Amino acid sequence: MSAREEILARMRRALDGAGPAPEAPREYRRALDADTDVVELLIDRLVDYKAYVHHGIESIAGALGEAKRVIVPADLPAEWRVGDAAFIEDEDLSTAELDTADAVLTGCAAAVAVSGTIMLDAGAAQGRRAITLVPDHHVVVVRHDQIVGHLAEALPRLDQTSPQTWISGPSATSDIELQRVEGVHGPRRLDVVILPD
Amino acid sequence: MSRIGLFITCVNDALYPQTPKAVVAVLERLGYEVDFPRAQTCCGQMHANSGYRGDATRLAESFERVFGSYDAVVTPSGSCAAMARDQYPGLIGSDIGERVYELSEFLLDRAGVDDVGARFPHTVTYHPTCHGTRALGLGDKPLRLLRAVDGIELVELPEADQCCGFGGTFALKNADVSSAMLEDKCRNAAGTGAEYLAAADNSCLTHIGGGISRSGGPKPIHYAEILASTA
Amino acid sequence: MSTAFPQAAKVALGMPQLRSNLAHATGTIRAKRAKVAGELDDWEQLRSAAAAIKADVQRRMPELAVAFERNATEAGATVHWARDAAEANAIAARITREAGADEVVKVKSMATQEIELNEHFEAEGLAAWETDLAELIVQLAEDKPSHILVPAIHYNRTEIRDIFRNRMADAPKGLTDDPAALAEAARLHLRRRFLSAKVAVSGANFAVAETGSLVVVESEGNGRMCLTMPETLISVVGVEKLLPRFADLEVFMQLLPRSSTGERMNPYTSVWTGRAAGDGPKDVHIILLDNGRTEVLADEVGRQALSCIRCSACLNVCPVYERTGGHAYGHVYPGPIGAILAPQLEPGRHDDLPYASSLCGACYEVCPVKINIPEVLVHLRQQGPHQAGEKAAMGAAEAVMARPRLWRAALGAARFFSRPWRGRGFVRRLPWPGSKWTMSRDMPVPPKESFRDWWKERER
Ligand code: SF4
Repeated sequence: MSAREEILARMRRALDGAGPAPEAPREYRRALDADTDVVELLIDRLVDYKAYVHHGIESIAGALGEAKRVIVPADLPAEWRVGDAAFIEDEDLSTAELDTADAVLTGCAAAVAVSGTIMLDAGAAQGRRAITLVPDHHVVVVRHDQIVGHLAEALPRLDQTSPQTWISGPSATSDIELQRVEGVHGPRRLDVVILPD
Repeated sequence: MSRIGLFITCVNDALYPQTPKAVVAVLERLGYEVDFPRAQTCCGQMHANSGYRGDATRLAESFERVFGSYDAVVTPSGSCAAMARDQYPGLIGSDIGERVYELSEFLLDRAGVDDVGARFPHTVTYHPTCHGTRALGLGDKPLRLLRAVDGIELVELPEADQCCGFGGTFALKNADVSSAMLEDKCRNAAGTGAEYLAAADNSCLTHIGGGISRSGGPKPIHYAEILASTA
Repeated sequence: MSTAFPQAAKVALGMPQLRSNLAHATGTIRAKRAKVAGELDDWEQLRSAAAAIKADVQRRMPELAVAFERNATEAGATVHWARDAAEANAIAARITREAGADEVVKVKSMATQEIELNEHFEAEGLAAWETDLAELIVQLAEDKPSHILVPAIHYNRTEIRDIFRNRMADAPKGLTDDPAALAEAARLHLRRRFLSAKVAVSGANFAVAETGSLVVVESEGNGRMCLTMPETLISVVGVEKLLPRFADLEVFMQLLPRSSTGERMNPYTSVWTGRAAGDGPKDVHIILLDNGRTEVLADEVGRQALSCIRCSACLNVCPVYERTGGHAYGHVYPGPIGAILAPQLEPGRHDDLPYASSLCGACYEVCPVKINIPEVLVHLRQQGPHQAGEKAAMGAAEAVMARPRLWRAALGAARFFSRPWRGRGFVRRLPWPGSKWTMSRDMPVPPKESFRDWWKERER
């Protein structure tokens, strides 16, 4: 018997006589209270995670700071390419090329206010996963209409089977005495630019 | 008024007569008639929790025989009440546990009183025992009763929710870990400077008291005895 | 019965530095968890939903496993099945070789710890590099993990600095014990390895049957590095990691980060489904692992242990774990979850672990998937083996207690024979096994007048 057949047979034997489980109670929240200002909440949570928050297209230049070479996905809107940096479109750039960039500028798929989470699903203006990982500084643009209050509202907005990265603040570790330290292998600086609709 | 059966527990039967006496005093002060069925012994918890299901089953059956006819069974042990309520359904298919009340549950939920007319002019710190608090869900019920006692001064116990390390046979099987837990509990208790350490279970108080007897600290007391006091 | 735990615990208790490191770390994380769990007014509803979803996964495991396999395969992954550790390790080693590699980078994963993949690779002449900071520390120290989430929890910052100084060839000169400096040293040490690795090995926190997706939850970005940069990715996934639907993540991704690191959300969560054109590894393998899980599934009471999402909240609140640390448990899964999982995954071994608990219930109270750990502990204790002496004592006690007259006689005898100690009120030293009690506590003496005597008197 193949391993597959044997494991499945063991499972069936183990469950012999066990009927179906009762329907799961789903009485938990799926949204925040209606009067929540989700933009304010998102900003509060981002700051809490030591991300930097900016407002409006013009602020992108400031968010990029000193960065000279900035990776962008090829479909990044032209009007977001603000400032003096060189914007390098990702056309299968090598890892070494990514590693020499100063920053990466992308959009996102959705943002969850309550946990300060920005979600990428390889959709428009986001590019492939490596470009938001190798450069040490990630600037991400979030439109108001992409911000939701609760995780349950964000999941339906994602392309389920595309590669996703959910980002909540810059890379961090709590492995030493459970004290949180920002900045390990992922981008050590996260700037979020919020655009009104 | 309903018939109340008093389950004193094997520990009190053997070591602490003053606790069930106090329960009788409090209930009678409130106008209840209390009955003590002499055939009672043990709820079977030590056997059940040590893995002796057969022995525990026989003790549970005997509990059911002795107390089956009462409308309410009151006991000064959160742990034994939890045993009846949590484990009897699985052990002997009996829901008698629904009618077994730890004293504070009976007083607050059934009798609807929180002031039992006690007076106890002393400083007291309170240890919420694990089974009472977590398995039975007593929350702060005993504390609510203590707060209403005249003259009492309650002092908070640091790290109160930490187990004292008793755990029945755990105290013997893992004596070193148990002792380390006890040491911390005794240190916290002594640090309060209280005269008394109250709890809802004399088994835990035996453990903590056994430690305090060596290291010094507040005198262990079952909270029922505080409720009975009118001094 | 094994006495490995009490003995190892005794050794651990005699290490003051270890105890203070553990008390400090678990205390910190307990407070963080309580705060962020308390922020959600539907925490209990989330726990109930999670418990029920996992119970459903267990009942439908064959169906969900096959659905996962189908969907992952359609998305371009290759799915393998492994009956046990040896089979899983052999598959992983073969894939690594076929990729033309002799080393892999690893994302922290309990499943690969469990199957001892690193040791197996080493024996086969392959190298497996841990990339999670805590795992790196443990690997450099040639030690074993002592915690599910923070494997190096037993070290403090100074000890970690010393490990880096002594064992990391490229440790920066003048490295201090500032956690930020230590993290930076790890970043530099691993960066080249990440950017040049051909093969990565991961586990998964969740495997979504409906889509064939895997989910990895992490903080540092080492996970993203391993899951994105290499050409080949091998994920070892216990069959119990399944979730029926993608939308179920709305429950588990609220519970897991809050319960484990005490954060509202962990810094990075990666979700991938098979292969994606032009994005990430081109060769994606998933090894579905049994290794004793179907045995656990067969036990109606014990199977709830398969709901575990490895958050480690139960370790952090456990008064026993806090004092002994993880090594005393002698298994990759320490603490309360280890005490119910280890003896079930390896029947006949670890039979002392179900006793490594005072049944205080703190673990059950925090478990995000509501595993009734005390219930399973008691259930496992019933399966023995029971020491002959103890069994006799328990039987004798029951025989007396089940007969009220004998019980009363026994109480009378106890009062009679304890008379010599009554004046003092307690006994300081008892013979074995009572000596286990009196090693640290006095034993009270039965009273002169019992409650029964008093009651009889009153009734007259
Ligand atoms: S048993 Fe529960 S609390 Fe413990 S690690 Fe597993 S999920 Fe977390």
